[in-house]
Amino acid sequence: MTTLDPVTLAVLNGRLVQIADEMDATLYRSAFNPIIAEAHDACHGIYHAATGATLVQGTSGLPIFVGAMAFAVKAVIDKVERDGDLAPGDTYLFNDPYAGGTHLNDFRLVRPLMRGGRVFAWIASVGHWLDIGGNVPGNYNPKATESFQEGVRIPPVKLIRARIIQQDIIDILAANSRVPQSNWGDLNGQINALDLGERRLHELLDESGDDTIAAAFAALSSRAEALMRANIAALPDGTYSYDDFLDNDGVTDAPLRIALDLTIAGDRMTLDFSRSARPCEGPLNIARSTAIASCYVALKHIFIDVPANAGCLVPIEFNIPDTTLLAVSAPRPVAGYTETILRVIDVIFGAFSKAAPERAQGSPFATINALSLAGWREQRQRWIMFCFFGGGLGGNPESDGLNHSNNPISTATIPPVEILESLYPVMFTQWALRPDSGGPGRNRGGLGAIYEIEALADDGADVFLIGERGKYPPFGVNGGKAAALNRFTHETDQGAKNPPLVSKVTDIRIRRGQKVRLETPGGGGFGDPAMREPDRVLRDVRLGYISPEAARRDYKVALNSDGSLDTGATTKARAKP
Amino acid sequence: MSRRGVIVGVDVGGTFTDLFLLDLSAGRFLTAKVPSRRGDEAQGFVNGLNALGGAAEIATIVHGTTVGTNTLLERRGPKIGVITTSGFRDVLEMRRRDRRRTWGLWGDFIPIADRDMRVEVNERTLADGRVRVPIDPAEVQTAAAHLLDKGAVSVALIFINAYANAANERQAVAALRAMWPNEFVTASHEVLSEIREFERSSTAAINAYLQPVVASYLGKLEAALTSQRFPGQLHIVQSNGGIMSTAIARRLPARTALSGPAAGVVAGVAIAKASGFDDLITCDLGGTSFDVSVISGGKVSVAAQTTIDFGLVIRTPMIEITTIGAGGGSIASVDRGGLLQVGPESAGSVPGPVCYGQGNSHPTLTDAQVVLGRINPARPLGGELKSLDVDAAELAIAKHIGEPLGLDTTAAAAAIVKVADARMAGAIRLVSIERGHDPARFVAIPFGGGGALHVCALIRQIGLKNALVPRFPGITSALGCVLADLRHDLVQTLNVVLDGLDDAGIERRMRAAGEQASSVISGAGIAVERIDVQYELDMHYVGQTHTIPVPLPVVMRDGSFGMSEALVQSAFEAAYLGSFSRLLPGLAMRIVSLRVAAIGRRPAFDFSVFAPGPAASLDKAEIGSRQVWFDGGWRDTAVWSRLELPVGATVSGPAILEQPDATTVIEPGFAARIDRLGNLIVEPVR
Repeated sequence: MTTLDPVTLAVLNGRLVQIADEMDATLYRSAFNPIIAEAHDACHGIYHAATGATLVQGTSGLPIFVGAMAFAVKAVIDKVERDGDLAPGDTYLFNDPYAGGTHLNDFRLVRPLMRGGRVFAWIASVGHWLDIGGNVPGNYNPKATESFQEGVRIPPVKLIRARIIQQDIIDILAANSRVPQSNWGDLNGQINALDLGERRLHELLDESGDDTIAAAFAALSSRAEALMRANIAALPDGTYSYDDFLDNDGVTDAPLRIALDLTIAGDRMTLDFSRSARPCEGPLNIARSTAIASCYVALKHIFIDVPANAGCLVPIEFNIPDTTLLAVSAPRPVAGYTETILRVIDVIFGAFSKAAPERAQGSPFATINALSLAGWREQRQRWIMFCFFGGGLGGNPESDGLNHSNNPISTATIPPVEILESLYPVMFTQWALRPDSGGPGRNRGGLGAIYEIEALADDGADVFLIGERGKYPPFGVNGGKAAALNRFTHETDQGAKNPPLVSKVTDIRIRRGQKVRLETPGGGGFGDPAMREPDRVLRDVRLGYISPEAARRDYKVALNSDGSLDTGATTKARAKP
Repeated sequence: MSRRGVIVGVDVGGTFTDLFLLDLSAGRFLTAKVPSRRGDEAQGFVNGLNALGGAAEIATIVHGTTVGTNTLLERRGPKIGVITTSGFRDVLEMRRRDRRRTWGLWGDFIPIADRDMRVEVNERTLADGRVRVPIDPAEVQTAAAHLLDKGAVSVALIFINAYANAANERQAVAALRAMWPNEFVTASHEVLSEIREFERSSTAAINAYLQPVVASYLGKLEAALTSQRFPGQLHIVQSNGGIMSTAIARRLPARTALSGPAAGVVAGVAIAKASGFDDLITCDLGGTSFDVSVISGGKVSVAAQTTIDFGLVIRTPMIEITTIGAGGGSIASVDRGGLLQVGPESAGSVPGPVCYGQGNSHPTLTDAQVVLGRINPARPLGGELKSLDVDAAELAIAKHIGEPLGLDTTAAAAAIVKVADARMAGAIRLVSIERGHDPARFVAIPFGGGGALHVCALIRQIGLKNALVPRFPGITSALGCVLADLRHDLVQTLNVVLDGLDDAGIERRMRAAGEQASSVISGAGIAVERIDVQYELDMHYVGQTHTIPVPLPVVMRDGSFGMSEALVQSAFEAAYLGSFSRLLPGLAMRIVSLRVAAIGRRPAFDFSVFAPGPAASLDKAEIGSRQVWFDGGWRDTAVWSRLELPVGATVSGPAILEQPDATTVIEPGFAARIDRLGNLIVEPVR
């Protein structure tokens, strides 16, 4: 095999990543639904011809998809093996969560990159479509007990055959969505992205030679593996455990344990989730491939220097038995998968904080608050506003947590209020930071947010929510405290109400002029809050990040009525054990 | 001597102020380089003009400035206030829910307006433009009084959906202007009338933040020019590489954020083009920063918006330029982990590098170059210092770098240069290799006071084809000021479906906008050959949120552009297929906005005025030799006077080429040749 000098390798890596980035950008710019166009809930990459392993990933794609796509490509490879018959341009489409998908909204398109009649690599695109049938517009059905109640499940099927789109499949998709035109636009955007990726990759291969690129793929992957091994070896050997909980499964109000035993032995790591809860009735289950993808996300956030390809998973051993909710198969419901993988990531952060306290961070807000408002326009036309929301990141050794950020699984930017209001009959009445929501700490957790939305349509709006952290707040580390809980409130004719399952909402309709209100968690704190410099506490009070009560209670800092420091009282409060 | 038509380009950087004077009627030029005066840039400016013979007979001064960027990067701006729609005071701080990096969750964000300086007023416009809650001007004035009381110098007014209907914002801003004690009032629709509240808020707030700074700066400058009896007009280079009047710069300072660097790119492209290069990377190494821009196929990349720093977004067309904090004045240090770092802290020109003898004791990149014999200590840049203190530079490097790293002084100086080379190469990689450009296709254009010192290292480390060192590398950005076209951009939101387009209506709007933009150019008081007006629509299929730019192939004939539905549709489809592979037949199309750019074309510059004259010869150019350190040891190195080298002359490395505004270092294994326009082409010897 060709060996490459470091400069050539760097150049080729740059060009490959650029191809994936351009695919991302092509879809963002031509997509119809704002979850792709504005929030970038999509991903593109290049995958191994035989194994489907991730070779190259775009820099802007959603982190969780980065880990999951390899399994999706493998599902297509298996299908092709069974069916035979593969030609250039053939494109497979599917959303099956149990075959390397995530949840039903995420539609994958996979296409071979063929050279001389053989598959050289695969290119793939995934994007979140707005609606694909099921009981709930937008598919976040918190009460689903079977996949069939969540929407239509499509196994890998050949959408494009000999460069021709199979209209039959389009017709089936269109008949099973509340918003077929939006899906049609997004599908075309994904095909645009694949066309561009295929063209660009052929250009690169023609120019550099197939052998050279194959050698680059191999070198990049072994480099990721070596770096990951070096990172693991630097941690003290031992087993570190961390447990956390999900509020409930949306059906029964009982907590679900997510438990990790993380073992470091030399340059290898084992992630054992076998103490976690059993598969649940509601939609908080995930497939094993999704669980592994979320581990990948957590490790990449800890070991930032490791390149984003499959090599970094080689030194990791997983124990995720199918007796847990982290390795289910069809038809267990999975619509709320984001909440479960966020908790998987949290317990990895938690266990890591014990292995390396000096590099620990408070838990991020770790719930996406998937909120759908839906209703009818004139002439019985459906509208569905789906959006997920921000919160605070954890305090860390370097700084306070970032206010209003996205989750570790995502780089999705939030759609602008003005875009949402121009597309749907809603009006935001508040879009603000939430005081006292960050976990107290020497470095405070970042603040969550308050979003308040009024229905403008004559019929009002149906409301659906899958959220979490309504009962178990984001945790602090090294003596830092937990953040505020997630809270959802909706107006009724009898006044404001909170839903019985706290963070899961269905069967609610608000009338025109009534509002829903989301108050999202901040991040957990880092270090003892009583060690925070009084000046920084004073500044937090002045800016309204924390209340004077919280300053006194959590930080042991007393203020005079003019906002200045009450030195005597503070010294006294902080002197107490 | 008449100075009618004399135009001077002035680039004020963090360290030096560079000037280029062009006397069109006499066909001659002058250059100057003087130290910048941080905090009193006007004085450096005037000193520079004096070095050119004074301001009294100059017709036009075009100025590139980094005042705006530096203010933002260092957060040195004034206290500003924000008045916004009830419920939305945190938009500026909440951003688009992003974070600094894809991977890694650390780091926080401090907005340019503190949370207690952002106040809400009761008002609301809906997305379709209907006013749901009208504005109460008295409430706006109360909010403003509160902000003034808390020390606000400048204020931004940002209402939700003002892009759809600015009526509330207009009323509020009128009330505000009636009582605000100065002119520093920015309304979001005046800066950017486009959908997306965060991008508009950020641009408006940054505008408010920069207004007092830029106004005070221009005020001092104009006063200084008046006292120098400057009879002409002063203009400013915008981030898009075009020129604007100082009146517009005061009103829209957000457009000056990349003013100085943009001028450098304009010059780099023009110089490369004249010498036959279309694919280039401009590398501007000044005293404090290193600015890089990639030009592929002769086309400058223009971005619709730029992020100056995390969370600081300016949405206005800008030349794509990447900046890192590495320059001649960058301070070298050994960090706690024992790693050698160069920059981003800079010693500027005051106190400047240790060898300037003005009180700084921390070694800089320039000190290392002096110690290695690459910079001639008897000929410092900028003309104020008589000579450089080599001993002091050696002492500082030995103490701060050599001792902690266990290196002798020479090795420590060489290590500083190596780390700086690697940082610059990294910045170039970021914009070229990492975006998939093959560096072997590109020529580097190193300029600024220090670019040519590193030219061979950059070629070597990145694998560039070769490099072109301009005739006057040290004043290239100032030259760019003289070369830049005038430009004024306008955007209007139309939001109309293509089906049933009102041809006459859109023609009227195009005509009005075209005339408005052109009048800004013709009123600028600077000679142009002609004014080109470009019309572009932002369009999409109904249902998409993003738009694509659709250039309209129209010219005014008999008072008409010949606009029609069919013409717009075919232009849209052509543009769509340029970006994407599939049209979506049957779906409705929408015109979201109209963009008009008026460009005043300046007379083409004849670069042959730079060509070495017939008197130039190798004999004259040969100065002698000195000991210079290259990888592997001290070498006896030939020293040449760059400007005396004749066309076609070839100099093999190791060699030093000196000129008043810069020094070029040719490493062993490289050769340099003078092209017909006096540029230096540097290539590895194969």
